[in-house]
Amino acid sequence: MKHLRSISELGADGLSRILKLTESMAEINTRSVPKVPALRGKTVVSLFFEDSTRTRLSFETAAKRLSAETMNFSVSTSSVNKGESLRDTIETITDMGVDAFVVRHKSVGVPWQISQWTNASIVNAGDGAHQHPTQALVDCYTVREALGKEDLSGLNLTIVGDIKHSRVARSNIQAFGMLGANITLVAPPTLLPLHIEHWPVKVSNDLDAVLASTDVLYMLRLQSERMAQGLVPSLHEYSTRYGLDEKRVAALQASAVVMHPGPMNRGVEMLIDPSDIPNSLIHRQVTNGVSVRMAVLFDLLSAEELS
Amino acid sequence: MTIAMKGGSVVGLRGVVKADVLIDNDKIVKVGNNLKGDVTLDATGCHIFPGFVDLHAHLREPGREDTETIETASRAGAKGGYTALIAMPNTNPAHDSVTVIEFVREQARKAGLLDVFPSGCITMGRQGGALAPLAELCAAGVRIFTDDGSGVQDPVLMGRAMQYAKTLGVTMAQHCEVSALTQGAVMNECGCSSDMGVPGWPAIAEEMMVQRDIEMSRATGASVHFLHLSTARSVELVRVAKSEGLNVTAEVTPHHLSLTQELLTTFDPIYKVNPPLRSMNDIHALKAGLLDGTIDAVATDHAPHARRDKELSLDQAPPGMIGLETALGVVLSAMDLDPVQIAAVMSRNPARIAQITDNHGCNIEMGDTANLCVVDLDAMWQVNPAKLASKSKNTPFVGRQLRGIVRSTMYRGQITVQDGEAQK
Repeated sequence: MKHLRSISELGADGLSRILKLTESMAEINTRSVPKVPALRGKTVVSLFFEDSTRTRLSFETAAKRLSAETMNFSVSTSSVNKGESLRDTIETITDMGVDAFVVRHKSVGVPWQISQWTNASIVNAGDGAHQHPTQALVDCYTVREALGKEDLSGLNLTIVGDIKHSRVARSNIQAFGMLGANITLVAPPTLLPLHIEHWPVKVSNDLDAVLASTDVLYMLRLQSERMAQGLVPSLHEYSTRYGLDEKRVAALQASAVVMHPGPMNRGVEMLIDPSDIPNSLIHRQVTNGVSVRMAVLFDLLSAEELS
Repeated sequence: MTIAMKGGSVVGLRGVVKADVLIDNDKIVKVGNNLKGDVTLDATGCHIFPGFVDLHAHLREPGREDTETIETASRAGAKGGYTALIAMPNTNPAHDSVTVIEFVREQARKAGLLDVFPSGCITMGRQGGALAPLAELCAAGVRIFTDDGSGVQDPVLMGRAMQYAKTLGVTMAQHCEVSALTQGAVMNECGCSSDMGVPGWPAIAEEMMVQRDIEMSRATGASVHFLHLSTARSVELVRVAKSEGLNVTAEVTPHHLSLTQELLTTFDPIYKVNPPLRSMNDIHALKAGLLDGTIDAVATDHAPHARRDKELSLDQAPPGMIGLETALGVVLSAMDLDPVQIAAVMSRNPARIAQITDNHGCNIEMGDTANLCVVDLDAMWQVNPAKLASKSKNTPFVGRQLRGIVRSTMYRGQITVQDGEAQK
């Protein structure tokens, strides 16, 4: 694998391979010294044009645990602020000797554009509302871990919230679809993309109607700017109809699990403290983030088998 | 000095006749057999057309001479078979004063490769706030007015512009885009835009303004020209308006006849245009509209951009592609048109819409101004960016095999292109 820019580019075989590799990485992370020399001599650059806490830190931690060198690109202190073009930035860093770029950008498609200007591998850490493939890998791994099975066929996944602007939703629909899950999207009509008849999903506007049959409830963040754009009439109406409260948690099956990619918007989509949700996987998602990103970097950059 | 174009087929108004054309100075003096001139221009196996007329070219001068100048665009136009270009007004400064109009004409005269007819702005600075001096600009010779790059959003202002247009006998050319519906949009609203997570550019953003201006034309009697139609429904709206006898005309670009929205899934801003590339269904409707006369003309929307600007992200990159040198080839590769139809949509109809039939879009008869081009309709060629005369190279047709080569172009009796090469 040269790049990881989207789940569809990864494919079903690649998805299985990374998830398998993640198990080995998770084992390393349980050791007293969670560090292996697998990527010694390799250099990974974090290129984040958008704010991020968990994705950025988990990539950096992952690179360090594999003994890769890390370079950190901060937009606020870089020549980008002096008007340097993206192409010049990429070519300059490439000249320093780089093996992989981990890229987050607000604009859709930037990871594809960048890969024309460098020989290094590109990992998409989020491009606009398009793709966030490592988050989907984290989520698939976390569900398989929680359920204790690899085959997710027949699993009912319900994704709730701002599907239209969500890269997490787009990557997860592809990834869970490849693993055989039945996916239902729940959102007000204005937060659903148009013309998605070809997506392998069912669509509903009524959260309460799907709770009883849900195995995995995946809550998405609602950004307050959607309110300013008039996409929802009010945050109150949204949280009343689509927020997760105690009553809705109680309406879930006892075995159902709850997920959220973070950061949470408490009081909007999360009306209940996550610690009060019996089967919350939210902390496992963060923990597994490091193992998954180790697996991705290893798969991209190592020519050898993991010892 | 006389020039004899020999061995070609002359594309007249009603049909094609094998004949030689004799040119003396800037006029056609004879069309017939076995004509001899001081100089012979071989047109064997080729068709002789009236010089092409582009209703829609962005020449970028004044303001962005780093991307194109009136001279480089004129040369590109000549190579594409054009002898007249209508210059779009979105320069800096914009075409909202006689001073700028005269500057553009002067630069074109210096280049001397074809006639440039500047369009005028409908509103000051194309800002949509107040009318440009329409009567003054008309008195200075402007016959087409547009805010191209954006549409006039305010219906009150557009209504007033149409009242002026009716009185002055000029044409309002509308860039149909309700901008409130296209905020942040980079491509057609479709399954692909939803897959990619980018804001879609809905077809109704165009169609609503087409319908509005059809009704305004009905109300005022003004002549309205629709720039770069891109949707099936727009074609149908114009078809109905024409059947009702309204004073409306329309154009389509070569790229909207040949490229579809799916190309945007490469994330390459080379495919970002305004209006956006649409669906195959829209392409079928646009072709049908061109064939049945609903759409009068092919216009390039030649839009040069610097490479660094087209290397921006899809949402940041400016829309547009160059088209003067590839227009005929792209159209002929996309659809079958007979020579008389080609002459109509590339020359005679646009010349009529631009009100420049005194010197352009001729029937190729004795007495006509010698604005002509010689085309080998069956020859294939490959687009090589190094050979493009345009200062910018932003075309997705690089490397493509296209049908139809412009062998020669004659502008007012002067050979500007010979054997496909610009002569100055």
